[in-house]
Amino acid sequence: MIRITDLSHNLGTSRVLHGIDLTIPKGQITALIGPNGAGKSTLLSLIARLDTPLSGRIDVDELQVGACPTDVLARRLAILPQTPEIAPRLSVAELVGFGRYPHHKGRPTPEDRARVSDAIALLSLDGLAHRSLDTLSGGQRQRALLAMTVAQDTDYLLLDEPLNNLDIAASRSLMTLLRRLCEDFGRTVVVVLHDINYASRYADWKILSTPSCPLGSRAGAMQLVWR
Amino acid sequence: MSRRLIAPLALVTLSILSLFVGVTEIGTGDVLRDPEARALMLTSRLPRLFAVLITGASLAIAGAIMQMLVRNRFVEPMTVGTGQGAALGVLIVTIAAPGAPLLVQMTLAAATAFGTSLGFLAIAHRMPPSQPFLVALVGLIYGGIIGAGVTFVAYQADLLQYIDIWTNGEFSGILQGRYETLWLAAAVAGLAYLAADQFSILGMGRTVSIGLGLNYGQVMLFGLAAVSLVSAMTVTIVGMIPFVGLVVPNIVSRIMGDDLRRTLPQIALSGAVLVLGADILARVLRAPYEMPVGTVLGIMGAALFLWLLYRPAPRVR
Amino acid sequence: MFARRLTFLAAGLGLSCLGYMTIGSRGGWDFLLPFRGTRLAALLLVAVAVSTSTILFQTIARNRILTPSIMGFDALYLLILSVSVFLLGGAGLSETSALARFLVSLGLLIVASVGLFGTLLLQRREDVMRMLLTGVVLATLFRSLSSLIARMIDPNEYSTIQVASYARFSRIETDLLGLSAVLILGVVGIAWRMRHRLDILALGRDAAINLGENPRRRTIEVLILVAVLVAVSTAFVGPIAFLGLLVVSLAHLVTPTGSHGTLLVSSSLIAGIALVGGQTVLERVLGLSTPLAVLIDLLGGLVFLILVLKGARR
Repeated sequence: MIRITDLSHNLGTSRVLHGIDLTIPKGQITALIGPNGAGKSTLLSLIARLDTPLSGRIDVDELQVGACPTDVLARRLAILPQTPEIAPRLSVAELVGFGRYPHHKGRPTPEDRARVSDAIALLSLDGLAHRSLDTLSGGQRQRALLAMTVAQDTDYLLLDEPLNNLDIAASRSLMTLLRRLCEDFGRTVVVVLHDINYASRYADWKILSTPSCPLGSRAGAMQLVWR
Repeated sequence: MSRRLIAPLALVTLSILSLFVGVTEIGTGDVLRDPEARALMLTSRLPRLFAVLITGASLAIAGAIMQMLVRNRFVEPMTVGTGQGAALGVLIVTIAAPGAPLLVQMTLAAATAFGTSLGFLAIAHRMPPSQPFLVALVGLIYGGIIGAGVTFVAYQADLLQYIDIWTNGEFSGILQGRYETLWLAAAVAGLAYLAADQFSILGMGRTVSIGLGLNYGQVMLFGLAAVSLVSAMTVTIVGMIPFVGLVVPNIVSRIMGDDLRRTLPQIALSGAVLVLGADILARVLRAPYEMPVGTVLGIMGAALFLWLLYRPAPRVR
Repeated sequence: MFARRLTFLAAGLGLSCLGYMTIGSRGGWDFLLPFRGTRLAALLLVAVAVSTSTILFQTIARNRILTPSIMGFDALYLLILSVSVFLLGGAGLSETSALARFLVSLGLLIVASVGLFGTLLLQRREDVMRMLLTGVVLATLFRSLSSLIARMIDPNEYSTIQVASYARFSRIETDLLGLSAVLILGVVGIAWRMRHRLDILALGRDAAINLGENPRRRTIEVLILVAVLVAVSTAFVGPIAFLGLLVVSLAHLVTPTGSHGTLLVSSSLIAGIALVGGQTVLERVLGLSTPLAVLIDLLGGLVFLILVLKGARR
């Protein structure tokens, strides 16, 4: 489980997260829902050590974020940022292959290759495996990035608005896939969603932030809602 | 004291200082008593002072006009290919017709400078106006390429020693009888002042210009011609002097805004002060030897440029 | 992946070296080998140093237009060198103190470049164009300062120092060849071992952190490597503004891949061909007096303009 203790953070000079205490349960899907600017992405990037929090503490199982070696955490937790700035001159297979880097550090074993093809198959990217990323549509690229995150083979997956660029059918199949990852493979998924309908239907837990009690306010804190 | 008075006062003080700084000591009284001192004053010190003032003022004006033509604050003739184009012209004359009169040199230099500036303008107008730094950068590299071309030709013609004279501005060679053509540059700059309103409007873009009934192409060509002439004369007589045309209009516009009719006199004055200060510095830094003023301004100008790049956004006047 | 193309490049480099050693030679091998051989070795070292430093720098800057020399690395080195001559004096230095000066200047360059470029690169959401412009202006500033200091040292003999700040391939300082070879090969070896890490860093900050890398630390490490490479190659042949940009752009064309293993090899081979082959053709075949560096600047400058304009249109 991910345990967040008294976490505060600023963006620029404005406080986005204010003394948050929160526990995200293991092996289930937790959805973060709320309007723009509520601090959802910030929370995710703090958990994934992309930013260093102003104060407070985050633990992923027995690993304390920021204190444990970053490559150890990379085998435990993977994040798909909202707008990943990936250099375009890579094929899909190459990109997904990078997901295995934390495990092989540049020298892939046959097992690593097998995991990569599994991930490509899981996201139905077989036909696109050797296409260059800059020739893909937004939705295809999104799936390729997700495949990379899946190939990283971590207990925890943090996804920041993965439904961006996806049509309804693709969104549904992605959410179904997340449920499979969770139920069949025991992964823990934390996902930022805009649409409360998807959250209600697919997530086990919802963390809501509304204008009256945004994530950042102490009074509203984080509300964990069972589906 | 009004801020408006700072520049004129500095100009007068520095001008007087400039007359009495040099290898030969001249006291204020000597000019009246000693005929030799008076001769030195008339043949060397005064011409040098005039050359410095004209160069500074006209380069600053050329910079301001160039910035309006390109619609970008980070360009100036000496860095975006106009100066290098002028050097190319002089080089061609030197190879093709060695010993040609100065006026011929200057005419061809102005013509090539006009050509290379036209080239830059064509590139600049094709780039997105939302990326001001990009335009400036492309200008610097464009100027660098033409500069490399000049070096290439000079190497082949074994004229490398001249390159330094044209590319690194210096006033130590200015004597009576060898700088007077610079007054033409002053005249061109003065002429440009008459068209100040047109340039201000040009700076607001093509649509506004045409909407206000301006002959867009004609004003553009006139501006470019003025800039090329000033650059050509400076390069042939003094050599390239970087950054004056860039930092002076920027600083003046920061204080007084962008109405050229109002700011051009101030720009001319400040340009003259900047170059004069640099020239005096160049003379005293390692007296009795002289530094090239281009080197001194390279340092002062680059530092000011960096400041302009990273200053907080200017407040509206 | 690009084995055939790399083989072609290697063959091209081999031919260039053969041409350099043999064309227009009169003396026997016992004269040629030490004389042209040392110069050839120096050219090859410079080629590897320039291409490797450019690739490394472009990866941490995540930009195909930036190169160490465009950002003013070599101008900074020359400035440090001028300052050290100014403070410590002396053209007629003994061999050991020349070595000491080189090492001290190298150390200062490392500190200064990590401080300066590290701050620039580690700023998040920095405007790339402003960074480029900063680099170009900084390079001008460093160059003007060097030339000022050169004249402060000795106004009469400033030309000797000025000569040192122009690139030259025909007269190469071979005194430091042994030490330089050790330094360059050592750094290139480290870069080679880092090649997989570099692949990850090229994905961007967030992706690199996610995959367990530490971009901040790597950026500083890479800057140190770049500083060593730039210092050694500048001490050898002087600054060559656009060589790195030219050869790395060509390498991306010949071997279009994100794999640093391939790119490091292909760009080094191309740089070797450009320097050794170019020098052979220019000097021995065409008999042109123009230094190769001027030609490379011309070509590289054009490549730069094309790259910038293409990037602007996208």
